[in-house]
Amino acid sequence: MLRYLIKRLLFMIPMLLGITLISFIVIHLTPGEPGVIESEMNPKVTKEVRERIRAYYGLDKPLHVQYYMWLKRIMRLDFGISFASDRRPVIDKIKERIPVTVSINLISMVLIFIIGIPIGIYCAKHKDTTIDKALTAFVFAGYAAPTFWLALLLMMFFGVYLEWLPISGLKSFNFNELSFMGKILDIAQHLILPVCISAFGGLAGISRYMKSSLLEVLRQEYITTAYAKGLPEDVVLKKHALRNALLPVITIIGLSVPGLIGGSVIFESIFSIPGMGQLFYMSVMSRDYPTIMGILVIGAFLTLLGNLISDILYAMADPRIRIG
Amino acid sequence: MAIKRLILLIPLVLICLACTRSKDPKLYDDVGVPAYGDTIITASIGEPSNLIPILATDSPSHEVASFIYNGLVKYDKDLKIIGSLAESWDISKDNLSITFHLRKDVKWHDNTPFTAHDVMFTYRLITDPKTPTAYAGDFLLVKEAKVLDDYTFKVTYDKPFAPGLISWSTAILPRHLLEGQDVTKSPLSRRPIGTGPYKFQEWIPGERIVLTANKDYFEGSPYISRYIMRIIPDTATMFLELKRYGIDMMGLTPLQAVRQTDYPAFKREFNKFRYLSFTYVYLGYNLKHQFFKDKRVRQAISYGIDKKEIIDGILLGQGVEADGPYKPDMWAYNGGVKKYPYDREKAMMLLKEAGFNRGADNILYKDGAPFEFTILVNQGNDVRIRCAELIQKRLADLGIKVKIRVIEWASFINEFIDKRNFEAVILGWSIPNDPDIFDIWHSSKQGKKELNFISFENKEVDELLVRARHTLNMEERKRYYHRIQEILAEEQPYTFLFVPYANVTIHKRFKGIEPAPAGLMYDFIKWYVPEKQMRYR
Repeated sequence: MLRYLIKRLLFMIPMLLGITLISFIVIHLTPGEPGVIESEMNPKVTKEVRERIRAYYGLDKPLHVQYYMWLKRIMRLDFGISFASDRRPVIDKIKERIPVTVSINLISMVLIFIIGIPIGIYCAKHKDTTIDKALTAFVFAGYAAPTFWLALLLMMFFGVYLEWLPISGLKSFNFNELSFMGKILDIAQHLILPVCISAFGGLAGISRYMKSSLLEVLRQEYITTAYAKGLPEDVVLKKHALRNALLPVITIIGLSVPGLIGGSVIFESIFSIPGMGQLFYMSVMSRDYPTIMGILVIGAFLTLLGNLISDILYAMADPRIRIG
Repeated sequence: MAIKRLILLIPLVLICLACTRSKDPKLYDDVGVPAYGDTIITASIGEPSNLIPILATDSPSHEVASFIYNGLVKYDKDLKIIGSLAESWDISKDNLSITFHLRKDVKWHDNTPFTAHDVMFTYRLITDPKTPTAYAGDFLLVKEAKVLDDYTFKVTYDKPFAPGLISWSTAILPRHLLEGQDVTKSPLSRRPIGTGPYKFQEWIPGERIVLTANKDYFEGSPYISRYIMRIIPDTATMFLELKRYGIDMMGLTPLQAVRQTDYPAFKREFNKFRYLSFTYVYLGYNLKHQFFKDKRVRQAISYGIDKKEIIDGILLGQGVEADGPYKPDMWAYNGGVKKYPYDREKAMMLLKEAGFNRGADNILYKDGAPFEFTILVNQGNDVRIRCAELIQKRLADLGIKVKIRVIEWASFINEFIDKRNFEAVILGWSIPNDPDIFDIWHSSKQGKKELNFISFENKEVDELLVRARHTLNMEERKRYYHRIQEILAEEQPYTFLFVPYANVTIHKRFKGIEPAPAGLMYDFIKWYVPEKQMRYR
């Protein structure tokens, strides 16, 4: 097992290198350059000034030299300094946004599992009943409805008409003056809409997974045996069927690890949530190469790690596929 | 049972709905007397990047910085230059040097006195090749800058430079906090210290920036004690926040201004202001194109486009027709130039004169070549895309086949404009407060990344631009610019389309706001909320 782990970890290195190299080239292929992109067509920005800024960012050097310089820095875990005009270290920009994105994604993921799994179980148990069909329609509606549209409707209803929930942002502007409980309540209020909407969209996947996997198990002969033994349905379901049916769901947990740091631009923009999606979008739009690369590297690393984790989890849960 | 209960709930909810809006409708009509207090909350779709203004190129940064820093001079509401940190200034007889006499009662927000050394430092910083600033251009023309004493500062130019004086409206930075440091790493970019009417209080990344009134401001303390800029990246969300009173002030799109805010509950709580924005939109021709070389063709297209239809249909009336590179309420504007009202007959005649004849397929031909061209428009600018569609329809009527291509901004500039790889474009310019338009129209400015990308060449315009740039006599400059506008109107290197109105809505409790040619914000420190109407303490 340990050898397998080390082998997998070592394999990640060339994979990461390849990913960064390709991303680096593709990013630099897009037209437009950092620093001046906002001041394109601005009469006050002269040609000399442009050249000066290019040299300042090291963009006058050939691409492979730029990549080498970037690689040398990243080896020391130095993500470099953002090309955006705030000139802050990339790692600071990412660090400041990761907690927001991760906590929202985590809450909504927990919500998805808490609601999605029972829906799946119920639907499998009562297959083809009206309620099964209604639930299926409900989760698919959530999957299909565009987030921004749903978000705006709910914001209008709960925010503008009922005035129950705040519309956007994460904290009220008088946040610092609130008591401790007040602060928690304030954040909770701000989180209700975004978390619910992002969870609503994710229900379909997990509940379908759960349903089909449980149905598969229920068809097995040992379930028939269990029924034949005269066990009550509850026990058959919980003790015999569910344990096996949950296996593939475990894999999904591993695979959602990289998703935790990814945020959707549209979603974050609508709710004015300063998360990773916005940061990534903004850095792409302003050709902020170090920030783009920083986020890509972290994302790539987490994806590879997530794959590894889900493989390990799977092996641990299911003795049949364990490797020597 | 449960359902019955739910049904009972519905009228309850409806009652709640009805009572939340029962506010005194006349509350905000009383103008009251100026009082200190309350907070104004504005919103921006982008987060400021850097609060040292010479390092930032985005407008949110400059907006916040404008409250924190001062320049030596500034514009008043009619765009006349008045003193800010400089009390007065003298211009030497040869028009080459300006001597600024600075105010002696100005302190930085950390209580250090402001002196001419700060000005000198700022000048050196901007012109330092190591400073990554986009605004060095005007200052590189300074031949010599000198501190005569603590409160006198003198600059000398090689040639008289008309935009020279207003270039000193650039934010003056504190020497005592920046000297000897790498300005790009300075903490001031996140926690600025200036001389302006508002002091920096806090910046929560991605959420908001808070400023508080500078009680010791040299022009008097501002009435409104807090200024908050919230970052709301989505304009639809911003509009909902406005309706929910989450923000107090917002720029409106024509649709929002004309249709979506036209109901009593909104009018009870908000005032709407409008002024001509400092931009114009135009259809620009590649003058190297075989057809567009001919002035008559360009004039014909100008006659063939119905500007009024564009303004009424797309801007919902929120704009005026443009007939040159300035807006009508500027001193340099010449209203007497040749105009191009929609006139299909005249357009047809001009095209015929230029040698075009209608073919069997109803398209104009000249020497066997059909008259068709592509208008490039940048992605994300809905107004321009729809303009292109109206123009396409009007020109089809003349027998000209127009295609429209929408392209993402960066490739638009790099692949098409820079490489002169276009036939016609719809773009907009921001109109500078100082009427110097040398960079856009002078024939020497045709290089890569330079702004005369349509290849406009006119000897008289070249000479007038240079002369206007190097005289400080306003009447004389006005004459030059008037002549330039006459030539541009005759030549039609662009078809000038329109100058849009800026529509801004502000909560009714704020008083003392007057739209002027300079916009709205020019005397923000005089805005106030009467004691009784204050919302935030």
